[in-house]
Amino acid sequence: VSGQLGSVGRAFPKLDGSAKVRGQAVYADDIALPRMLHCKILRAQAPHARILSVDTSAARRMPGVAAVLTGRDLPIRFGILPVSQDEAALEDHKVRYVGDPVAAVAAVDEETAAAACEAIEVEYQLLAPVMTIEEALRDAADEPIQESFSRRSDNIHRQVSYEFGDLAAGFAAADVVREDVFFFQGNTHLPMEQHSAVASYTDGRLTLWSSTQVVHYVHRAISRVLELPMNRIRVIGAAHGGGFGGKTDPFAHEIVVAKLAILTGRPVKCTLTREEVFYAHRGRHPTLLWYRTGVASDGRITAMHLRTALDGGAYGSYGAASVFYTGTLQTVTYDIPAYKFEGTRVYTNKPPCGPKRGHGTPQGRFGIEIHLEKIAHDLGMDPVQLKRRNFVKPFSRTVNWLRVTSCGLEECTEKVLAASGYASRTRVKGKGMGFAISSYMSGAGTAIYWNDMPHSEVQIKVDRTGATLYCGAMDIGQGSDMVLAQVAAEELGLEPRDIRLVTADTDLTPVDLGSYSSRVTFMAGNAALEAARKMRSLIVAAVAEKMRVLDLEEIDVGGGRVGEFGFEEACVIATTKFGALSTTGSYKPPRIGGPFKGSGVGPSPAYSYTAAVVEVAADPRTGIVTVEKVWIAHDIGRSINPLLVIGQVEGGVYMGLGEALMEEQEFRKGLHKWPSMLEYKSPTFLDTPPIETILVETIDPEGPYGAKEAGQGPLLPVIPAVNAAVFDALGVWVDETPVTPEKVLRALEAKAKGGPPRHGPKGFPAIPFPEPIKVEPPARDDLRVGAELEAAFSESPKAD
Amino acid sequence: MPSGLDREVQRTVVRLHLNGEQVELLLPVHKTLLEVLREDLGLTGTKHGCELGECGTCTVLVDGSPHLSCLVLPLQVEGRALTTIEGMAQGAVDHPLQTAFTEVAAAQCGYCSPGILLAAKSLLESNPRPSRREIQEALAGNLCRCTGYAKILEAVELAATRMVPT
Repeated sequence: VSGQLGSVGRAFPKLDGSAKVRGQAVYADDIALPRMLHCKILRAQAPHARILSVDTSAARRMPGVAAVLTGRDLPIRFGILPVSQDEAALEDHKVRYVGDPVAAVAAVDEETAAAACEAIEVEYQLLAPVMTIEEALRDAADEPIQESFSRRSDNIHRQVSYEFGDLAAGFAAADVVREDVFFFQGNTHLPMEQHSAVASYTDGRLTLWSSTQVVHYVHRAISRVLELPMNRIRVIGAAHGGGFGGKTDPFAHEIVVAKLAILTGRPVKCTLTREEVFYAHRGRHPTLLWYRTGVASDGRITAMHLRTALDGGAYGSYGAASVFYTGTLQTVTYDIPAYKFEGTRVYTNKPPCGPKRGHGTPQGRFGIEIHLEKIAHDLGMDPVQLKRRNFVKPFSRTVNWLRVTSCGLEECTEKVLAASGYASRTRVKGKGMGFAISSYMSGAGTAIYWNDMPHSEVQIKVDRTGATLYCGAMDIGQGSDMVLAQVAAEELGLEPRDIRLVTADTDLTPVDLGSYSSRVTFMAGNAALEAARKMRSLIVAAVAEKMRVLDLEEIDVGGGRVGEFGFEEACVIATTKFGALSTTGSYKPPRIGGPFKGSGVGPSPAYSYTAAVVEVAADPRTGIVTVEKVWIAHDIGRSINPLLVIGQVEGGVYMGLGEALMEEQEFRKGLHKWPSMLEYKSPTFLDTPPIETILVETIDPEGPYGAKEAGQGPLLPVIPAVNAAVFDALGVWVDETPVTPEKVLRALEAKAKGGPPRHGPKGFPAIPFPEPIKVEPPARDDLRVGAELEAAFSESPKAD
Repeated sequence: MPSGLDREVQRTVVRLHLNGEQVELLLPVHKTLLEVLREDLGLTGTKHGCELGECGTCTVLVDGSPHLSCLVLPLQVEGRALTTIEGMAQGAVDHPLQTAFTEVAAAQCGYCSPGILLAAKSLLESNPRPSRREIQEALAGNLCRCTGYAKILEAVELAATRMVPT
């Protein structure tokens, strides 16, 4: 792409901005259809129990009750990953956490539905709850939580074990070897909007409006559980009130209202209460991490061994992928010549964990950044210098076969250090600065259900009324609709608001895998680019013929004109010549993964890079840590819309600060300790410091116009940078999240008593990891992908 | 409204002065203002995040000052001037705060925006040139999960400069 861009790179406000500030945007709970019934779900009040009987007779007799469902009505299990079809819309024979759905009522109003739920009698046989990673590793006292899926006597859900390169040789070459243990606490998305879904069934067709991030996955789950063909189901993404990963699974309430609408012949709505949102969860996995790393005296890493243990909650959700993500992306920031990674995810009797912004990688990032700080301290080196010495190079391949394209780590680091004055900071007790880096995927390279189809499909229709773009991606507030409009506008020579957008409606839009995994700008953007370029060439060809111009290059497209015609006139000319005009674009990431089982988690067509400096004031008397400022530099590839990119960076920093300082989920005797917005602490206007954002452009060869992701990466470095800043201020480490005043004081006490100046987990549990899959690393300069790479595997099989 | 509940529901006539219009309703006395606005009057611009008075999302103005509509009963505000987000713009013309929020993309998912806009309106009416700290304090009861608050502060400051002729 030449330097001459029209719409791309400009700070357009969001397409739906006016509707949202005027209260006109229609979120799922705002939908009210004629004769609509209201649904309430009865949820388990025991963390682990067998269901002996469910008596709904009293509820069914209540005036105003239209239908009552139990697990027997919805026996087919589902789950987001093909390997974890372990959820039921309503549980029939056992419950696995407080909040597990058991029965549902549709009634004339919410109060009646709630009263009917209370009238349902459920007889339980209580089972011993499993509430910690350590308990889950042992043989179950009564029975495993997911007996049919784990086929084991303990509650281990998933294990991975890999060794890339020669670990023993790497450690032998080290001058310093250090071990550290960290704990990353669980926390939740806390979207402002409670999940909501409305179903309607007419003419043998089901329509569902939902607050989902992925209409396609909801479409699939409803089809599976209700045994309806997908062509009878339409899923529409309502205006979205915040996701952050928490609305990427199909949920029980979506399936329940669909079933109830079919049974009653009336529309049915279910909106979760805030307490229920805490139970729906799918948030950050509480994770224990053990790092062992060898470093040469010059600071170069020679080998790294990581073990992780994830507390998954009661169901699989995305967990089989989450466990990989705790160990996969360390290598795309630091050049690690030999790397062993062992991970375990366990089931516990808590709400299921899943993908929250950063999905599995914040835990690993937190650990590695602090671990390297400590190694630098051991070596008497500046931590920034040690980290920089190990930065990956652009256009290289990592030890675990991930392909790095553009990489702005150096530039991000330089800029953030310069802006913050990190190197020349004044050393005063109680004041400190911390530095950390990170990287994230611009969309996962592999679809979560295995297929060779595109990850994103876009259609553009042009007729005498102008252009419309159709895509299944859901704008969840990040502004992805505007980005798609900008891409189409760029190619068609229009302003973004001239393009009509139809998104996230399974009847009208082609499939896109949805708004998660930082994939929309990259993947739907690439698909939109292809569709728009095809449409542009059709219109240009027609206009050239009309103008009797032979060289198509002579037809200028821009400023709302094609050649000598206005855009709409050009559309008339093109429609006259070709008939109905519709073009398509598809995007499928190249096959990048290495020649080993499990190589599908981690590859991405491009990685974003981020560096951050956090400044804190930490009071040694109270332990209170106040973040005073955050500087963050983000390698966005190309900023298609700087206004929206900065919004994503600021939101990511904020959410990272929440995780670093206060957000946590705790349980007491199976009960969530604080399932409310008052008790679950999240940062307010007063807790959020100024954020200085610097965008770095590296123009990635794979992204649309060179763009990469912004939604998740900027959260990652903030958390370890806070802990590093606390160390800088007080000389103690808090080796877990969140950094509460109590933990700071405990670390100071430990230091005062002459112990290690830290507060954190004492050790990592003994886990019987499987024998590692040993993988020969690729040549660092081997950038082959797709068929070329696969051909190379078959020529010389390097690994099992 | 048909109710299936097997109990006496006391109803009363309530007269509301809402966005400059008079509204008369027959309501169960226990229904909150939030429920009445959204369910009986179709004013779904007022959102809800907890219905327990914790998140600020359902903020409306009562005689110009912010109140959490999930904690207010309509009877309590009879005869007082109520403003919801639907009453903030003058017809097709946005309030300067709405314009500023749109321009700087202070609304991402937009779910907290109606409540924050109304709380900010109240602030600027009593304090036309607030300091950043004063804005933070005035809005501290309104949670937002998308923006990190940065763009919201920017938008309120921008609107303030436009609302006061210099």
